[in-house]
Amino acid sequence: MKLDSMYQDVILDHYKHPHGRGLRDGDAEVHHVNPTCGDEITLRVRMDGSTVADVSYEGQGCSISQASASVLNDLLVGKELAEARRVQETFLELMQSKGRIEPDDAMEEVLEDAVAFAGVSKYPARVKCALLSWMAWKDATAQALGDGSAEHVEDKAGRKAEERTA
Amino acid sequence: MTQLPGLLDTDAIRKDFPLLDRTVHDGKKVVYLDNAATSQKPNQVLDALNDYYVRHNANVHRGVHVLAEEATALYEGARDKVAAFVNAPSRDEVIFTKNASESLNLVANMLGWADEPYRVDDRTEIVITEMEHHSNIVPWQLLAQRTGAKLKWFGLTDDGRLDLSNIDEIITERTKVVSFVLVSNILGTVNPVETIVRRAQEVGALVVVDASQAAPHMTVDVQALQADFVAFTGHKMCGPTGIGVLWGRQELLEDLPPFLGGGEMIETVSMHSSTYAPAPHKFEAGTPPIAQAVGLGAAVDYLTAIGMDRIAAHEHAITEYAVRRLQEVPSLRIIGPDTAEDRGAAISFALGDIHPHDVGQVLDEQGIAVRVGHHCARPVCLRYGIPATTRASFYLYSTPAEVDALVEGLEHVRNFFG
Repeated sequence: MKLDSMYQDVILDHYKHPHGRGLRDGDAEVHHVNPTCGDEITLRVRMDGSTVADVSYEGQGCSISQASASVLNDLLVGKELAEARRVQETFLELMQSKGRIEPDDAMEEVLEDAVAFAGVSKYPARVKCALLSWMAWKDATAQALGDGSAEHVEDKAGRKAEERTA
Repeated sequence: MTQLPGLLDTDAIRKDFPLLDRTVHDGKKVVYLDNAATSQKPNQVLDALNDYYVRHNANVHRGVHVLAEEATALYEGARDKVAAFVNAPSRDEVIFTKNASESLNLVANMLGWADEPYRVDDRTEIVITEMEHHSNIVPWQLLAQRTGAKLKWFGLTDDGRLDLSNIDEIITERTKVVSFVLVSNILGTVNPVETIVRRAQEVGALVVVDASQAAPHMTVDVQALQADFVAFTGHKMCGPTGIGVLWGRQELLEDLPPFLGGGEMIETVSMHSSTYAPAPHKFEAGTPPIAQAVGLGAAVDYLTAIGMDRIAAHEHAITEYAVRRLQEVPSLRIIGPDTAEDRGAAISFALGDIHPHDVGQVLDEQGIAVRVGHHCARPVCLRYGIPATTRASFYLYSTPAEVDALVEGLEHVRNFFG
């Protein structure tokens, strides 16, 4: 059944048992919403030098948006920033693929559980749900690092690209 | 097959709507329950659109050639049909817009630029309600911001009705305009027009009624409503997209200033100043949506031939059945009135803590089309502490079997996320 390609067990597990949920101390906090459907996330990033020390979040939304935040927490916490950014960019590429990318081993190595979202990329209305926390993380990280202007502009461009896709 | 009193002959009606025969997701027949978003279109409307473009296409109100005259006659003929449909005292009171949002924005802008006694300024107040569609909130917020007027609103009761207990404090001598929805697109509530209009008239405030979810489903008589303006849109009532209506009382349309300037709306133009055509043309700058107006005229003919009272009775029966069946679904909570009394055919609900997005996705897989989200009425979601709802909405072609399909679909949703 096609629905199972979107609602992979991994996604449903993360939805029912989210990892790292709840707001903890952070260097920056952002609030992102999906205006078409009302999904919301408040997300904080704490950096320890160039390491992502914590990503904490609180939000409401569908299984896809909530599971995606949980997977993000699993994947990014403890990573070096450059590596975390590579994960984020790879996830963005997958989600914008309209189902055309079949994740290979290399991609699976980078994305781990997040490859389960490959099926979601076939549903344009749901891509934004999957990307909500990832865009929030990018925004919060830019603010935490204090290089607001340049990063922020880049982020806005990224979000616009995503809106076009979705 | 469930038989309910008051149902229309949906077997016959559905033959007019080719889309309702469509299948999706490997052969599943579409169960279209998103009528509050837009209705499907009958062949009679599709044929009128096609015939207009194939045989009569020209611009209106200009040119003396036969096509221009035919196009003008068809466009103005549609105005006659719409005027009769809402029992307007004069055809000149019917302004064509592109949708209900534009109609409401037009009123707000007329009042923003008006002279006394209509002028909205920082000594006056605007009244709306908490159950408005964003299209009847944002134009008034903009007007309030630009003029300094104070925006006030009626709150909602726990059972999804307007709280009018403090009506005399909300609508006061300072109130210049009261704008409210006749039938809520998210709660389904039918609002008590008379009570609000009576109070507004006491203080001399203008009354604007958003009839977007009423005109497709019941008799809307602008004279019986006693409103000053009534707005609705064509695509929710079997017409095409791109055509809306603003009805306004003639003397107001004569007094109030135009909003959009351009071709069509003028009498004479010099480089220094212009004079304007009489209403309705004063408010229809530029080439109007001609084919769409013709399509709306055909939709009005279609609905009138069936009879708005019979359509209302059909929907009441379907709504009563749906409200009853939905309440049999475990953990389902209706957001809005939980009986069919004074309620339209849009039913919003929460299903346990399963997010509406997920509900809608699993229903879609079964061919069932519902709307999920905040339905452009986010304040209602905030009021009831929910992020969004799932909404099923019915129309003249909806059947009890489709209600049953929805209820079965929701069982499937519960199992999927259980």
